[in-house]
Amino acid sequence: MDKYDVLQLLLYLSALLTFSYPLGKYLASALDDSSGLQRRLFGAAEKLIYRVCSINPAEQMGWRRYAAALLWFNLLGLAAVFALQLLQRALPFDPNGAGPVSPALAFNTAVSFMTNTNWQAYAGETTLSYLTQMAGLGVQNFLSAATGIAVFAALTRGLTARRTQGLGNFWADITRITIRVLLPFSLIAAFMLVGQGVVQTFVPDKVVTTVEGERQVVPLGPAASQLAIKQLGSNGGGFFNANSAHPLENPTPLSNFLEMLLLLLLPAACVHAYGAMIGDKRQSRLLFAVMLSLWAAGLAVAVYSEYYSAPAALGANLMEGKETRFGVMNSLIWSVSTTCASNGSVNAMHSSLSPLAGGTALFNIMLGEVIFGGVGAGMYGMLLFVLLTVFLCGVMVGRTPEYLGKKIEKREIQMAMAGILAPGAAILAGAALSCALPSALASLSAKGPHGLTELLYAWSSASGNNGSAFAGINANTTFYNVGLGIAMLIGRFAVILPCLAIAGSMTTKQVCPPSAGTLPTDTATFGVLLSAVILIVGGLTFFPALALGPLAEHLLMLKGVFF
Amino acid sequence: MSENKFWNRELISGALAGALLKLDPRRQMKNPVMFVTMAVAALVTGGILAGLPRVSGFDAQIALWLWFTVLFSNFAEALAEGHGKARAESLRKARVEITARLLAEGHEKKVPASRLRKGDLVVCAAGDFIPGDGEVVEGIASVDESAITGESAPVIRESGGDRSAVTGGTRVISDRIVVRITADAGKSFVDRMIALIENASRQKTPNEIALTMVLAALTIVFLLAVGSLKLFADYSAAAAGQDLSGTVTVPVLASLLVCLIPTTIGGLLSAIGVAGMDRLVRRNVVAKSGRAVEAAGDIDVLLLDKTGTITLGNRMAAAFIPAPGVQERELAEAAQLASLSDETPEGRSIVVLAKTKFELRARELHPHEAHFIPFSANTQTSGVELLDAEHRPLRKILKGSIAAIKAECAAFPPELEAAQAEVARAGGTPLAVMDNGRALGVIHLKDIVKGGIRERFAQLRKMGIKTVMITGDNPLTAAAVAAEAGVDDFMAQATPESKLARIRAEQAAGRLVAMTGDGTNDAPALAQADVAVTMNTGTQAAREAGNMVDLDSNPTKLIEIVEAGKQLLMTRGALTTFSISNDVAKYFAIIPALFGALYAAGGKAGPLAALDVMRLHSPQSAILSAVIFNALIIMALVPLALRGVKYSPMNAQALLRRNMFIYGVGGVIAPFGGIKLLDMLIVAAGLVK
Repeated sequence: MDKYDVLQLLLYLSALLTFSYPLGKYLASALDDSSGLQRRLFGAAEKLIYRVCSINPAEQMGWRRYAAALLWFNLLGLAAVFALQLLQRALPFDPNGAGPVSPALAFNTAVSFMTNTNWQAYAGETTLSYLTQMAGLGVQNFLSAATGIAVFAALTRGLTARRTQGLGNFWADITRITIRVLLPFSLIAAFMLVGQGVVQTFVPDKVVTTVEGERQVVPLGPAASQLAIKQLGSNGGGFFNANSAHPLENPTPLSNFLEMLLLLLLPAACVHAYGAMIGDKRQSRLLFAVMLSLWAAGLAVAVYSEYYSAPAALGANLMEGKETRFGVMNSLIWSVSTTCASNGSVNAMHSSLSPLAGGTALFNIMLGEVIFGGVGAGMYGMLLFVLLTVFLCGVMVGRTPEYLGKKIEKREIQMAMAGILAPGAAILAGAALSCALPSALASLSAKGPHGLTELLYAWSSASGNNGSAFAGINANTTFYNVGLGIAMLIGRFAVILPCLAIAGSMTTKQVCPPSAGTLPTDTATFGVLLSAVILIVGGLTFFPALALGPLAEHLLMLKGVFF
Repeated sequence: MSENKFWNRELISGALAGALLKLDPRRQMKNPVMFVTMAVAALVTGGILAGLPRVSGFDAQIALWLWFTVLFSNFAEALAEGHGKARAESLRKARVEITARLLAEGHEKKVPASRLRKGDLVVCAAGDFIPGDGEVVEGIASVDESAITGESAPVIRESGGDRSAVTGGTRVISDRIVVRITADAGKSFVDRMIALIENASRQKTPNEIALTMVLAALTIVFLLAVGSLKLFADYSAAAAGQDLSGTVTVPVLASLLVCLIPTTIGGLLSAIGVAGMDRLVRRNVVAKSGRAVEAAGDIDVLLLDKTGTITLGNRMAAAFIPAPGVQERELAEAAQLASLSDETPEGRSIVVLAKTKFELRARELHPHEAHFIPFSANTQTSGVELLDAEHRPLRKILKGSIAAIKAECAAFPPELEAAQAEVARAGGTPLAVMDNGRALGVIHLKDIVKGGIRERFAQLRKMGIKTVMITGDNPLTAAAVAAEAGVDDFMAQATPESKLARIRAEQAAGRLVAMTGDGTNDAPALAQADVAVTMNTGTQAAREAGNMVDLDSNPTKLIEIVEAGKQLLMTRGALTTFSISNDVAKYFAIIPALFGALYAAGGKAGPLAALDVMRLHSPQSAILSAVIFNALIIMALVPLALRGVKYSPMNAQALLRRNMFIYGVGGVIAPFGGIKLLDMLIVAAGLVK
């Protein structure tokens, strides 16, 4: 690690800290509909949508109605993307003649984009038409991000509600988030990316002759418009198969920096939005600090592994698969951020990371995508951990636990445990099942501990709604398409529904004023405990699996054995 | 029952038998952690039986210790119940074979107490046991309540007023009363108390249920983690071209599972709950539900009666303030004379003050030289008339309220007027003294705040609990006493209605309110409060309205109840943290034991052998010592579970840091030492390869 690496890291951090705060305030006022400026700018468009869909944005929904609206809305999205893939040959905007997609793969892809996972068992440039990419995946990129933020908003309203039954209106939330936040910022980002050379065209792929005289197909398409929301909305599904390691998706160091920034920007802004919505910035600052520390800890392990541990064993940095144009540091920041933030885009293949760096990426996902996490999803996942921590601390000090003045009781704990443990259970069950099936094991490209890591990574990526691939595993088989699809559904809705249920039961609770007997949740002590709970739950669940995967590989590497 | 009697022989043998009886799967179902442990133990045992006659000594030892884990947990619960049972037994003895004298249509009829119904009238004369809970409707009697309170001095019970409640099983010592039965047989106070402390009707409290849920969820995750580990191990073995089927066996995986699931807290959870109730009973408090005990730990506001709780029941003379031209000694002498026959504590305190201040001995007055004027509500005065040899009045000394004396005497000096106002302002009660129509001065009667109560309130404040003093006094007096006692707030001129309104207001603001009371007019407020402690001397109505009864009738005990509630929750929290922290060391013992040889090449240890930071002797010794540690730690923590984690008043943050350090950090470190030690012992004893 040299001074330029440090400089890049500092530049990245300061940009993140600078821009996430105002964006968070902006997001909060969009969710509260409290900004006159926003209403003047976007009110007309929203009113049109409300009128066409006959939505009354002022109508309050209880948690069951909110959840039902959300489920129907997502099911509709799933059906649309599924149908588009099967019918794309008969539809326009298919200049490269991509044929119909197999039903299993279409299911996997539709679930993947609907759940904000963006796991890609296909290669974008060869499998999908421009129409499917734009009207199917592109639209879901926006709507799945909006869904995550809506759940976050509903949970926040439940935690702070004073004598009301409502969690807000799902339709109004989705509309406002999309129109006021996602669309405008994606538009700005898309223009900046086009300025850096990301392609945006309906022209079919070009066949060129290279200077060496070889014939080469240059894939084209409307990439920039999708790329912006892919990074901003923690989607991560690349237009091209190589994702942001593809030169037409990530052409320059500046575009790389921009994409990396967008990756964590909105998730980080959600934390600030939380503070603004509950009217207590000390709470959000603490959560931000906890997330940033866990992020930094992950990066530190990755840096140690790449710069010190691997070279000690090898005599040189591991450069295979790294983003050589931008350097190892950028690959590491990206890999740690994308796994923390449930984004899933990559600018280097994670399979090529040294064992501990790859293990860190894996562990980040296993922790439940709460270190900033997906847009909205990171915050609501984190709040489940907060509730669990509050409960454990409460019994430690002999008082029924309270959060934001509301008592945490049986039902909240039940739901929080379900939401925290469901993705982990899906990871273990899926990976174990794959180990039991020889046909599933045949998809692995590597042997030994590295193969196990590939397998764990695929299931973690799906269950955590991350979507990044370790690469090396051939996931386009019926078993993986269906299995990972189910894991994605569990990872998404087995967390969302408990969150909404908690929001529902919290709305009716009375707020008690804090006393000296109340445990404050905005102190360093609480922050340390929260981090400990997150790490311990993840660690205890996955230690045996990680020991046989990345840990064994790392220890073997130190002995000079590689995979 | 003192604390060092945990291990009394009788209780232990009872608990051992109880531990075996509790192996019934239906009972274990209630506790998911221990149920899984038992199922796993049965599975391993089944495997051994299926493989007969070849038995692996190692597997057999594992099976044995898994069963011990379950038995130790059962033992802890049975021991806790044993303490309660021992107490219940003495209560039950008091209750058996009571014959009631039922009063029907004016005649007495002898019926067994068990046939009594609500509303029946029974007669109890001296020597009779009172057959059931009830209310005195006629007569007055002294009653021996030592069977339930342990207090040997008899108490007075009389019809009407606030001392009308009687408890079944207590004995009338003198006189005759008629009692209206207020509880059907089998549902009396003592029955409920017995059922609660015997754990029969102890329902899980909300917090206990929530914790059970967390433990169950963790158990499921560990089931998955261990189950999937088997398949990951198979994959790894195939990839390495090794055969791990000899190491990764069912008994070994079962050991890992039982070590990981929170058996420590799961095994002691029920014992903690029972012991929590028992701790209250030992303090002579009976809670009607476990929920009330937990709620006590959450209290935000404490409403306390001034008299008897904050101040000693009586006012004491604190100073003599003479009128102009009167010596203080003269005033003291006159006040003493006027109070000689006054048997009230106030009167006695005047005699005592005169004695200590001026060494005035209380004179012995004979009836022929003095005529005593008793206090009457009409005149508001009392005093003495000294007589000459012919029995003619010589000198008349009166003391009484300012208004009454003013009316009696010729002139009341303005200086005295000022002095009495000063006394009232300071929270005292002024009494005036006059001698033959001449006002001599004012006596300052003062509320005496109980020693140490100020410190108690300071502790409560640290715990985040606000204290409110309730008194019928005027605001001036109330404010002065409140300031002296150090309460946070006071309610002067309180009425039952204003008390109820105050509780409702506090609750509307989201606070949990506790109060003590005894009178029937307290009943609505008691019913409204979240935690309501009724004095055992109180009326039946009050006892029904409250959710705890203090057998000692000591209002200060509310503070101890709050601490007991907190202690109960904290003990659960501390052991949960400890239990989960332990898992770190167990992973470090078992994972290298299972996979130390995986990917080994060239006769050297495999990569994961590096995790064996404890340098344990062999894989078998490592696994066995982890399982044994896991079982023994339950036994080691039984005293802590029964006694409860030490509670000292401090704010939540400091308390959390302390407990996290002891049980969290300690919980990570302790098993490393414990497992290493057991490993050395096992090897020394030659139990494994």
